[in-house]
Formats: sequence, C-alpha cells, structure tokens
Amino acid sequence: MGNISYEFPVAKDDFERAGEASSKIKKILRQLGMDSGIIRRVAIGAYEAEMNLVIHSLGGVISITIDPESIIITAEDNGPGIEDIELAMKEGYSTAPDRIREMGFGAGMGLPNMKKCSDDFIIESVVGKGTKIVMKMMLKDGD
Amino acid sequence: MKIKDIRDVLQAEVLCGEDLLENEILYAFGSDLMSDVLAFVKTGTILLTGLVNSQVIRTAEMADINAIIFVRGKVPDKDVIDLARESSIIILTTKYTLFTASGILYSCGLRGIEASKV
Repeated sequence: MGNISYEFPVAKDDFERAGEASSKIKKILRQLGMDSGIIRRVAIGAYEAEMNLVIHSLGGVISITIDPESIIITAEDNGPGIEDIELAMKEGYSTAPDRIREMGFGAGMGLPNMKKCSDDFIIESVVGKGTKIVMKMMLKDGD
Repeated sequence: MKIKDIRDVLQAEVLCGEDLLENEILYAFGSDLMSDVLAFVKTGTILLTGLVNSQVIRTAEMADINAIIFVRGKVPDKDVIDLARESSIIILTTKYTLFTASGILYSCGLRGIEASKV
C-alpha cells in the first residue's frame, strides 16, 4: 500500500462544523478496514486537535498520512502560538474562556489527551507564528 | 444492561436511534466535560450529560459511544438529533438529574469506568 494523505482546513471559531474533519478521518480509516482500537485513538487525537484549532488558533489545517507502518495526524495553525508549552501540556491547565467551558471544552485535557493517544507526540510552537502538533500512531499486525 | 431497560427505569423518551434499543451497555459515564469523556470512556459505554450541543454527538462519535442520555429533561435542537441519527447514535432524554439518573442505573447493576484503569 502506498502512502495516503488528506488535508482538512479548520476555521477559527467555526463551532458549527467543528468535528467534521475528524469525522471524515474516522470514516476514511473505517473504509480502509483498520482495527477499531487504532481508529478510536486516531479519531480522539484528531478531534482534540481540531477543537484546539477552532477554540485557540487563528485557523489551520489537520492532515492525515497513512503509510504501511503508521498513521500520522498533523495539526498546524497560523498562530497565535503557545508561550509556555510545558504549562499548556499540564492536565487541567487551560486558557479557554467561559463560553468554551460551557460547551464542554477547555478543561485542560486536550493536549494531554492527544499525547495519550499517540505513540509519538511532538509539539512545536513559535509565538506570533503558530503551533504544529504531530501525532504518530504505530500500526501493528492486524491493524 | 439493555438500552431499552435503561429507557424504562429512567422513564426516558427516545429521540432517535430506536433500532439500538436492544444493544447491551457495559458501563456508564456521567460528565459535562467532553475532554474527560474522550480521556476516560471505553466502548460499550452510555454517556449521561446535561450538555446538548453538537460537540456531544461528535465526542460520542469519536469515542465509539453509541448511546447518550440527556438529563434534567434537556432536549437538543433538531440539527443535533439529525447529526446523532447520521452517526448511528441513540439519544434518550430523562427528567431525572445527572445524580439521580446515575443512582438509578447503579442500583440496577450498571457500573462506572474505573478512572485509574484507563
């Protein structure tokens, strides 16, 4: 199987469509007949990343690359960037305003959840430029 | 516990997904925090929540939850119900509060997820 790649733009504050990209990603993996356990991990990681783009970023792109060994989800945004990544990674830490909390998000679990879903998790951020998150989920025999 | 039995003990109304009433539920999880749902929930779980926006349905879809109970008599908008229908999720609504609904289900033998094991 060759590499498969898809990209989904995600708009800032578009709560109406938030989750659509992750839903499409989940359907793609289902169509490929992947194991439900890995599909779930990818879907949850992608959805947390997508919600972060909607809530915190100025907009960005979620992409998925599937190769014979792994599934890679990348979330890249156009800013504003994270000042203190270590603090942002802390469970329970959130900068989300009340209106986001009222929607059930902003509990400070997004980034830790993404890390938990991944075999390999990379976050890079430059204030004023943007944030890039790469989640790699390794495929095992049977996935 | 079958979803139809959960419906009966909570005197709940089914808003969509009637075809799933015979499905077996292994665990229940009550929360209005969707990130906690994503972090803790296992498959075979029914979600009890007081949030009625489309993100609840998306969260359920991502976490392989196919049954949701809205508590405190909450009923979501039609587009939220439509999204649940598209995602093959059964939605029920009960007049009981989150605490009371959870207590009733617990007394019927349904158990929660052990947060330490997930």
